[in-house]
Amino acid sequence: MLTALVDYDSGNLHSAHKAFERMANERGAGTIVVTSEADVVAKADRIVLPGDGAFPACKAHLFDRSGLFEAIEEAVTVKARPFMGICIGMQMMATRGHEYTQTAGFDWISGDVVKIAPSDATLKVPHMGWNDLMIDHPHAVLDGVETGDHAYFVHSYHFKVAKDTERLAHVDYAGDITAIVGRDTMIGFQFHPEKSQRAGLRIISNFLGWAP
Amino acid sequence: MLKTRIIPCLDVADGRVVKGVNFVDLIDAGDPVESARAYDLAGADELCFLDIHATHENRGTMYDLATRTAEQCFMPLTIGGGVRTTEDVRNLLLAGADKVSFNSAAVADPDVIARAADRFGSQCIVCAIDAKTTEWDADGAPTKWTIFTHGGRKAALDADGTPIDAVEFAKLIEAKGAGEILLTSMDRDGTRAGFNLAMTRTIADAVKIPVIASGGVGTLDHLVEGVTKGHASAVLAASIFHFGDYTIQEAKEYMASQGIPMRLN
Repeated sequence: MLTALVDYDSGNLHSAHKAFERMANERGAGTIVVTSEADVVAKADRIVLPGDGAFPACKAHLFDRSGLFEAIEEAVTVKARPFMGICIGMQMMATRGHEYTQTAGFDWISGDVVKIAPSDATLKVPHMGWNDLMIDHPHAVLDGVETGDHAYFVHSYHFKVAKDTERLAHVDYAGDITAIVGRDTMIGFQFHPEKSQRAGLRIISNFLGWAP
Repeated sequence: MLKTRIIPCLDVADGRVVKGVNFVDLIDAGDPVESARAYDLAGADELCFLDIHATHENRGTMYDLATRTAEQCFMPLTIGGGVRTTEDVRNLLLAGADKVSFNSAAVADPDVIARAADRFGSQCIVCAIDAKTTEWDADGAPTKWTIFTHGGRKAALDADGTPIDAVEFAKLIEAKGAGEILLTSMDRDGTRAGFNLAMTRTIADAVKIPVIASGGVGTLDHLVEGVTKGHASAVLAASIFHFGDYTIQEAKEYMASQGIPMRLN
């Protein structure tokens, strides 16, 4: 089994790679490969889109690579391969992003990515640190992860999801912040599973065994 | 609810922890990766490595440390010390750091923060500010804090030769795109007398980005004050944890008992 971690020149790829490698070894879940190549993505059984950074730049970097996004989209929406987006990789699943300028997302999960505006003006932006999850809809990838478990967040924009059924978990920051989105064979995390110690490693392990 | 973070900081020189770390059950107290693992298990919310020599020749050692730490600790890691260019940021991120901290390079050229934030995102760009109180009013209340470099020995001056005001500088680097400020009180660092609370509060209230309080922690009450009176989003400490005065868990439980939201599980 091959899991492709998509490299589009964005963020802390190394941490994600090491965490996926560790959990793949623990559960005998095949090979993790870091790639920017469309043909490798096309062959992969699972796809992970990690990332840190601004929406327009990340999307531009991804689309700069010939055929790469098309390969991801075909694998996920046509071949129904399991997909995980992390942080900006999750935000790009939205219809639109509003960071700096309006940018079209993949439009896999309906909704908009907008600036965090806590109702308590003393709260800081970025939303940075550990927040406790509130699970809205149970999911196979969240097996063993419960409401109250902490995850590590660092972001200034958040995903306002249009359909309640596609928001799988949220956190409170003087208002709801979407933590997990998903439908069919795709799931996305606003927080960083690779930085979230026990709960995060559990999610990565579950994803590597997920057979939707 | 977002929790207040406790961040142990390890001073590293030539690939080894200096100042010493004195944990029970640690195989090699001088190895930063061993220390990082111990803090990971102890429930630290983030880790910070500070390369205190930060010479060019030492860079490779720091990359190696970041890589080895990222292989074993699945928690956020900030690396600072001698970071000068966006290329330094890229290399540290590729090696395994999650956030990179600028210090004197940002004082010399605040635009380096903008270049790094544009390329990698604000979320991974920290700016360290080392400052001390330099003016007081007639009642002895502090009224001005200015930036120091070279371990607190040298006042940082702007192009006109004026000492750089820490509050104004904090607002400037926020505007340039820094995602977080690591604020160290040079007049308190190493004293165990507590944070410079007036400075911490003034800067934390002046910016929208999180401020990490650093310098001077000697007791658990100091950690509490950093948040309640200093308005810090996170507290950084070195020696009280390294020498085993308190465990991370003790610190978290105490802070929670004082009404501060902490991650206890």
